[in-house]
Amino acid sequence: MTDAPTPPPAAAAQGRAPEITRKSLDRPDERVAKASAFTRLMRRPEAGVVLGLIATFLVFAVLPGAASLYSLQGAMTFLTLSAELGILAAAVALLIIAGEFDLSIGSMVGFAGIVIGLLVTQLAWPLWASIGAAFAVAVLVGYLNGYITVKTRLPSFIVTLASLFILRGLSIGITRAVTGRTQIPYILDNPPDPWTAAIFNGHVLTGLFQWMGTQGWIATKGDGMPFVPGIPMSIVWWIAVTCLAGWVLTQTKFGNWIYASGGDATVARNVGVPVARVKITLFIVTAVAATLLATIQVMEAGSADTVRGTQKEFEAIIAAVIGGVLLTGGYGTVLGAAFGALIFGLVQMGIFYTGIDTDWFKVFLGLVILAAVLVNNYGRARALGERVES
Amino acid sequence: MTTPAIELRNVSKRFGSVIALNDVSIAVNPGEVHCLLGDNGAGKSTLIKILSGVHRPSDGQILLSGEPVVFRSPRDATDAGVATVFQDLGLIPLMSIARNFFLGREPEKGIFPFRRFDLDHANKIARQALIDVGIQVRDPSQAVGTLSGGERQSVAIARAIHFGAKVLILDEPTSALGVHQAAMVLKFVIEARLRGLAVIFITHNISHAFPVADKFTLLNRGTSKGTYAKSDITREEVVRIMSGGEDMAAVEREIEDLLEKAR
Repeated sequence: MTDAPTPPPAAAAQGRAPEITRKSLDRPDERVAKASAFTRLMRRPEAGVVLGLIATFLVFAVLPGAASLYSLQGAMTFLTLSAELGILAAAVALLIIAGEFDLSIGSMVGFAGIVIGLLVTQLAWPLWASIGAAFAVAVLVGYLNGYITVKTRLPSFIVTLASLFILRGLSIGITRAVTGRTQIPYILDNPPDPWTAAIFNGHVLTGLFQWMGTQGWIATKGDGMPFVPGIPMSIVWWIAVTCLAGWVLTQTKFGNWIYASGGDATVARNVGVPVARVKITLFIVTAVAATLLATIQVMEAGSADTVRGTQKEFEAIIAAVIGGVLLTGGYGTVLGAAFGALIFGLVQMGIFYTGIDTDWFKVFLGLVILAAVLVNNYGRARALGERVES
Repeated sequence: MTTPAIELRNVSKRFGSVIALNDVSIAVNPGEVHCLLGDNGAGKSTLIKILSGVHRPSDGQILLSGEPVVFRSPRDATDAGVATVFQDLGLIPLMSIARNFFLGREPEKGIFPFRRFDLDHANKIARQALIDVGIQVRDPSQAVGTLSGGERQSVAIARAIHFGAKVLILDEPTSALGVHQAAMVLKFVIEARLRGLAVIFITHNISHAFPVADKFTLLNRGTSKGTYAKSDITREEVVRIMSGGEDMAAVEREIEDLLEKAR
């Protein structure tokens, strides 16, 4: 790069040709004000959700009763809620960015739990094998959702609405036919498999937390053990899933294809992106994420329930949208969806702690969705450099 | 005699009962700019879509450097060296310039399972390729949607050239451009020709078509009305062909009459 050529002095004298500022390769466009670091930060898809998160933190900090939300125990409680939703939200974010919806993941959570429960209690399969089978079922369900959507070109909204009912119906129907009930208890008891269970329901950093307890830094029970034994595995899984999904989306070829499939499927196909394969893969990913959550919940509760995961599909979509993922596809980040899940857990526990009637949570949710979609539209316009008054 | 870089032999295309193209033949040599003329509905778009792999001909053959080929998809065509810059440009507005530039052909680095899209490399190459065609982007990671029409056109052309096209098809590349940018594109068409590319150029603008074209093929209602070298045809004749046979002088007289009445 050479130095920018100095422009000739302005043609002030009369009778001369008007001065034209020429385009140049060597200097930046003078019509564009240089965006400050702050402006560039605010243009990121997650900008809205981060501001929302800060606002939510502040609101609960001043509300009476919510102080315990910010204790270690309170934090772990809402983080666990966020984690369980966040696992779904990361997968759902990828799928929405690729231009599709999966409404069946809530039912898949219930169905996967039932598969594990029935295999362990009825067929006496080992726990690890039952979990493996549940994941295999998830791959099949995801594949079918994706294949039908891609082949029929029907909206995935409709296709997966059908699977929502089919899977929920199968869960209840099969369980009642086999056991006469709608719940399957004692999954972890015969024979116990603590090692497998611990992968999904253990704690990490227990030594550190114990040490912090002996130092008197965190609250301990009568026997000297800390109230919070460590970081729950659900949070570890959430972080792992978020990092993996985020990495794939922004750093890999497949991630580029995800953006392209949702941005403009025809253009993507024309340049050789295997759009059908991308979409089918992501339907499998959402079903597998649902099964991961189901496994965590079954290991936590020791039982499976046919109504588990009800409405989780909507909560996951909400978390993604709050996080700046564009409902129409092609735009958004996994990190945003994680922040969305964080807000979700925080508000849910915050309302509980402040003693506000939890019925109001849904009103709040509705308003937040509306606000988020409006913010996203604005964010999209900014990303496209449309002339938004500011 | 040189082998044409691309040739259509007796190609027809029917959509149900509609005959969009009927027995059309056209051959374009390397280093030649071939201008496709015809009014709306003449079959230009169908012809381009056959050349670029979007449609397959109902009858007839496509030959590439003398060899018969079948394009099953647009990707087949680009892989064979036939690059088309469509009016809608094949770019995704919400994605960055570099991501668009390498879409479907992403450079990768690292080893499995850590293989990743080499975005630094992509940004650098895209930026250089754009400078080569004469536009300076502020930042190759900015969204394509932020670019002007001409800049988008340049991105699409730069991409076609970068990936080694032997045949370049430009579908009304100058129609949405400013004077300077249109001139840039024309300069680029000539450069492509000098590099030995076969260029198929579709435009409605005679002052864009006439200076750069070596040959003109006239399409009218789905059939070819012949191919003419520039030396064999006058500018006025080309205008008459482009306007679908309407006598433009008569139309101009009509307009003047109307203006006269309005006074």
